[in-house]
Amino acid sequence: MNTPHVVSVKLYAAIFGALLLLTLSTTGMAFVDLGGDWNAVAAVAIAIVKALLVILFFMHVRYSSPLTWLFVGAGFFWLMILFGLTMPDPLARNWLTPVAIR
Amino acid sequence: MSDTPAIHAHQFDDSVQQHEASWLGMWVFLGTEVMFFGGMFLGYTFYRTAYPQGFAAASNHLDIWLGTINTAVLICSSFTMALAVRAGQIGQNRLVKIFLCLTIVLGIVFLGIKFTEYYQKFEEHLVPGWDFRFEGALVSSAEIFFSFYFAMTGMHAVHMIIGISLLTVLIVKATRGRFSASYNTPVELIGLYWHFVDIVWIFLFPLLYLVGRHLG
Amino acid sequence: MNDSVPEHRLHYLNASYGLKSWLLTTDHKRIAWLYLISVTFFFFIGGFFATLLRIELLTPQGDLVQAETYNKLFTMHGVTMVFFFLIPSIPAVLGNFLIPLMIGARDLAFPRINLASWYLYIIGGLFTLTAAAAGGVDTGWTFYTPYSSIYSNSNVALTVIGIFVTGFSSILTGLNFIVTIHTMRAPGMTWFRLPLFVWSHYATSIIFILGTPVIAISLTLVALERLFGLGIFNPELGGDPLLFQHLFWFYSHPAVYIMILPGMGVISELIPCFSRKRIFGYNFVAFSSLAIAVLGFLVWGHHMFVSGQSIYAGMIFSFLSMLVAIPSAIKVFNWTATLYKGSVSLDAPMLYALGFIGLFTMGGLTGLFVAALGVDVHVHDTYFVIAHFHYIMVGSAVMAYLGGIHFWWPKMTGRRYPEVLARLAALIIFLGFNLTFFPQFILGYLGMPRRYHVYPPEFQALNVLSSAGASILAVGYVLPLIYLIWSLRYSPVAGMNPWKARGLEWQTPSPPPTDNFEVTPIVVQPAYAYDVLDEPEVIYAPEKAAHV
Repeated sequence: MNTPHVVSVKLYAAIFGALLLLTLSTTGMAFVDLGGDWNAVAAVAIAIVKALLVILFFMHVRYSSPLTWLFVGAGFFWLMILFGLTMPDPLARNWLTPVAIR
Repeated sequence: MSDTPAIHAHQFDDSVQQHEASWLGMWVFLGTEVMFFGGMFLGYTFYRTAYPQGFAAASNHLDIWLGTINTAVLICSSFTMALAVRAGQIGQNRLVKIFLCLTIVLGIVFLGIKFTEYYQKFEEHLVPGWDFRFEGALVSSAEIFFSFYFAMTGMHAVHMIIGISLLTVLIVKATRGRFSASYNTPVELIGLYWHFVDIVWIFLFPLLYLVGRHLG
Repeated sequence: MNDSVPEHRLHYLNASYGLKSWLLTTDHKRIAWLYLISVTFFFFIGGFFATLLRIELLTPQGDLVQAETYNKLFTMHGVTMVFFFLIPSIPAVLGNFLIPLMIGARDLAFPRINLASWYLYIIGGLFTLTAAAAGGVDTGWTFYTPYSSIYSNSNVALTVIGIFVTGFSSILTGLNFIVTIHTMRAPGMTWFRLPLFVWSHYATSIIFILGTPVIAISLTLVALERLFGLGIFNPELGGDPLLFQHLFWFYSHPAVYIMILPGMGVISELIPCFSRKRIFGYNFVAFSSLAIAVLGFLVWGHHMFVSGQSIYAGMIFSFLSMLVAIPSAIKVFNWTATLYKGSVSLDAPMLYALGFIGLFTMGGLTGLFVAALGVDVHVHDTYFVIAHFHYIMVGSAVMAYLGGIHFWWPKMTGRRYPEVLARLAALIIFLGFNLTFFPQFILGYLGMPRRYHVYPPEFQALNVLSSAGASILAVGYVLPLIYLIWSLRYSPVAGMNPWKARGLEWQTPSPPPTDNFEVTPIVVQPAYAYDVLDEPEVIYAPEKAAHV
């Protein structure tokens, strides 16, 4: 990040428009039954897309050094560790039913 | 249009090194914030998988339209913040101040709507630990939902207030001519912080407001 | 030769005088001293609580204190030692002092944030001391819910606020170290020429940054539950106490690597110097530090084997816990290989380093015992676990800290220390330590539970041995306190490089000037180039434009 990359107002406006559209669509989709857990999946997926737009363009990560990408990636990777190794516990808690000892 | 020469703190060799260090430093700090909010998101996920109906029933008591409007307000504020940083990069001090002001105003609008929602929840007896009432068998899981609702949006609101304070300090500094095309790092860094707080809300909104809405 | 006499030359200690110049300093070396004094204070507070515990445990009956008081004593011992001594000690004292020197920089990247770190540490400490004065906490340093969030009548909120605030001290220190190491290395100081001390602090900083926020939020939730009766951790209201344990241990397991990695960094400096040899397997040691930091985040569930967590989660965590032993073992192999055919001298820092290798091996191996699911079912919550972690925390981490303090004392103060007394203290500490904690392995294996102030009479002999060892250990710790302070005035002046060691910190006078180096060095040697001592480590370019 030595010579700052100046993003055009047009690009910012386009990202802004996309974010508003995605917001409206996530609210709209909430009322449509997608079956099973797909509503939750869709909502989180849209949120991830919105977050990526903010990170890449508003936060300039698209124009940043690989070191910046490493730091950004590390944060989310660690979050995945927290989720990935905690959730097996409640999800698998009742897989083993107690057996009477003879 | 003043062009202050690039000076740097004595521990750095030059202003390029100082800028790189400051930029990395803010990203490291945001990494800590990811894990801080992440702990609460984990707790939320932990209980949502255990109590899907309770969470859906409780979520339906939140005002989806106020939530959507607030999301749009924050996205607008990220737009104005990005424009403020851009103005700083090209040395347009007046625009910097205008866009920072707009960002603050939008932030205050967000907080106003948020506290209105809080007050509504208080009147509806949906504040845990404060005469919480919820009809039906799902009362325990609903109370857990609202515990996370208040903890997470409350922590988010605290970060908004800190952000607004920092933006105010930035406007004061901009007024005193501290920033120029060769030195606008504080604007850039607080921009990163502000965008991060926006991203937290981008995840909070669907997880808190949009649970089981399709179930009527 | 006048440069070697501290009083006649301007350096960081005499550059300015007065309390304000210390309390408002941004010089990393002075901040290191602020931390040194504070962590020493908390070490003896924690030691005081331990003394009371060991006196109570001389007899099987609960005759010195009541059960509730005993609970408060072991809680305060744990909280003080973990959060206010072990976690900050080496990073905030030696790391702060040495990292800029070792990489050839004038200071850390953010000197004012460095000072803020210390103030946050002190404020957190004051909260915790207030909680102690107000009657203490009795939940154990692990604050398990729902006891801590609902039923305990002790000062939980005050204590967790103190830990929360001190956590920010850690976070800011880690932030400072990471940014500094990335951006402020001197010319020629490539990543793979860095001293392994710097690598280990980089790895530690990863844990500071990514782990500490999670304990911050878990303690915040406990405080909120206590204050507002939320029910997140209350089974009667649908809450799950295990959520707290997951969040708590997600940080607190990596925290133990925060406590040992910097010590490993110290040992990696001492062994080559006192063997007069390059370290064996530099790359392996460097990467193993990173591996420990990453793998350390994958194993926290081994604290929860008997908590009621899913057995499948337990199996995953048991397997992963075996893996994390590998990089630690790699380090032990590399240190030992460095000693082989080295020219070993047994100065006090080396005595600490050798003791470290032996005791860390024992602590690490017993860690594998408890990582095995089946074994842990029997030894969980017994003295076996206590002995295991004290072999790492005390037998290794504290000894590495003392070894480092002695090694760099001449650099920090410009004075030597009394070598005979120092070796004697090291031996007393080693003997006292083993007498204190080895019997505890046996006690735990035989079934004596931890956190109990009474025990069956057949365990008394081993408990008496342990308490006797503790009294010897106490003597060993008081000795350096006395002779190091004495040395400030009465010991001979140390030159720039009394150990003839490699490393940039030894290329500047003792004590260093405020800006560390008169001229920015250019590094031309790899680390630990003990085989080519006649070749200079650095060269100096003609000074460029003076920095503002």
